Amino acid sequence: MKELRLMKGNEAIAEAAIRAGADGYFGYPITPQSEVIEYLMAQKPHERTGMVVLQAESEVAAINMVYGGACCGKKVMTSSSSPGISLKQEGISYIAGAELPCLVVNVVRGGPGLGTIQPAQSDYFQSTKGGGHGDYRLLVLAPASVQEMFDFVKIGFDLAFKYRNPTMILSDGAIGQMMEKVELSEQIPRRTNEEVVKTCPWATTGKTPNRERNIITSLDLDSANQEKRVLRLRDKYKKMQEDEVRFEKIKCDDAEYLLVAYGSSARICQKTIEIARKKGIKVGLLRPITLFPFPSKQINEMAKQVKGILSVEMSLGQMVEDVKLAVCGKVKVEHFGRCGGIIPAPEEILEALQKQIIGG
Amino acid sequence: MAELDIVKEENLVYKKTKLLTKKQLSYCPGCGHGVVHRMVMEVVDELGIQSETIGIAPVGCSVLAYEFMDIDMQQAAHGRAPALATAIKRLMPEKYVFTYQGDGDLAAIGTAETIHSCNRGENFLIIFINNGIYGMTGGQMAPTTLPGMKTSTSPYGRDVKLMGNPLKITEIVAQLPGTYYVTRQSVHTPANVRKTKKAILKSFEYQKQQKGTCLVEIVSNCNSGWKMTPLQSNKWLEENMLPFYPLGDLKVPKE
Repeated sequence: MKELRLMKGNEAIAEAAIRAGADGYFGYPITPQSEVIEYLMAQKPHERTGMVVLQAESEVAAINMVYGGACCGKKVMTSSSSPGISLKQEGISYIAGAELPCLVVNVVRGGPGLGTIQPAQSDYFQSTKGGGHGDYRLLVLAPASVQEMFDFVKIGFDLAFKYRNPTMILSDGAIGQMMEKVELSEQIPRRTNEEVVKTCPWATTGKTPNRERNIITSLDLDSANQEKRVLRLRDKYKKMQEDEVRFEKIKCDDAEYLLVAYGSSARICQKTIEIARKKGIKVGLLRPITLFPFPSKQINEMAKQVKGILSVEMSLGQMVEDVKLAVCGKVKVEHFGRCGGIIPAPEEILEALQKQIIGG
Repeated sequence: MAELDIVKEENLVYKKTKLLTKKQLSYCPGCGHGVVHRMVMEVVDELGIQSETIGIAPVGCSVLAYEFMDIDMQQAAHGRAPALATAIKRLMPEKYVFTYQGDGDLAAIGTAETIHSCNRGENFLIIFINNGIYGMTGGQMAPTTLPGMKTSTSPYGRDVKLMGNPLKITEIVAQLPGTYYVTRQSVHTPANVRKTKKAILKSFEYQKQQKGTCLVEIVSNCNSGWKMTPLQSNKWLEENMLPFYPLGDLKVPKE
């Protein structure tokens, strides 16, 4: 029988990390995601699997611990919330530059600055367009349920190792704090040191006589080499765009209008669709699951079918720019969002659709 | 007898260390980095731990240390080497881990990482090269710059009223319960070089005992930054740096 448990989103992340065979978690408490490290500490993963969990002195230290562990080919992760993720950006840029796998969880709260501890989706730009310095991208997964918080940890690690690139789970305070039923998967054993050496021949595991020394760096003082490195990264991101797009379509077959929303907003949009359809308005939802790579082709396809698109986000409008690029002027694209930690009501969204798209 | 006749294999007291790569050092002639690089690799070679040693060099003059040391190495962001080392050592406690940091790295931007890793008693070695100046960036003031010392950002000499006091970070670290062995050495004379090597050797040996952080500060010169010849700089070091940063052990293991 499958193991079911009622869990908070943040707890699901933590339990998933242990079960995914993670080697290390390095974090720093910040609302609304402190339950991740609290749960891990309470679970004594060192006894369960040998996983290392450490509360760092800062977010900066935490991400650099992740960097150090990732250099060794270990399955390492961190989690934080918006202001903490801003502090981690330097490290994330280094990890992306050095082409290392790791998992970063962002349980977003409203910003800018210290902002609020309430949920928001205003870190979209930061997550999908770089965030730190230089030309790089993260693989970004956007869960919309506690079950997905659990499932995306393993998927996130797998993608990170497949591409030697940091993966981010972009969640928010609502999903992090809500409790839902979760179906737990089996424990995956942690890789032994021998397995790490075999699967990650690039890792700094100690130079043995049968190989050259391994060096992990993001430095190339020679501009020609640095350009080569950046172009290699670009090719990797292109490959992700070809192979890793994930999305969900809800009631899209006969849709005349389309909502595009991810995470918490996507859940609210489902209620909006119900209300709208009762009123005879044929609305569908396209939910990007990967925010990078973005489901541009799929949205472009939908643009041929519908009369207008509303991008619904808990921000002033960030993803809407990607939706517009995907649609390429074929139909009207508008944005509706609440910010400052306010979650929009389904009726508000419908009203916005009627006003900005159908009537506008 | 011509000078070249003396340079024969059998007459050489020191040979090129096996674990230094063939790459020519990129440090300025007369700089202490080359000597310290050599000693670290000598120790790793003598202990036979090449395959178990992981080094971390952050930014600054030593950023290219991995070009010269024939071991697995990681390059960290400015100041963050102790955080990387913490994770490596926790995830692979059987390895020997060391960081190689300058004063700007360790005592300015990386103060938090330095103090907290030492305070947690992480089982790795911190090699701290203190030349009182930012070398690679072009000779700006460091936290360790002496009062009155001229740098490009203290062109009239460091005025402690305006620019604050030099930070004796090694003294601070020695107070922390997590450190096991803390010492200050130099490489400006052959005798001091030998003492420094001994300190590095001891630190690697202590690491095996998992008793806490070892920190070896090495007061060194920066001919280019100080705008002196190597000989002048070593003399200046002895006359000015050492009275402020006295050599010797600050914390020794209780036997």
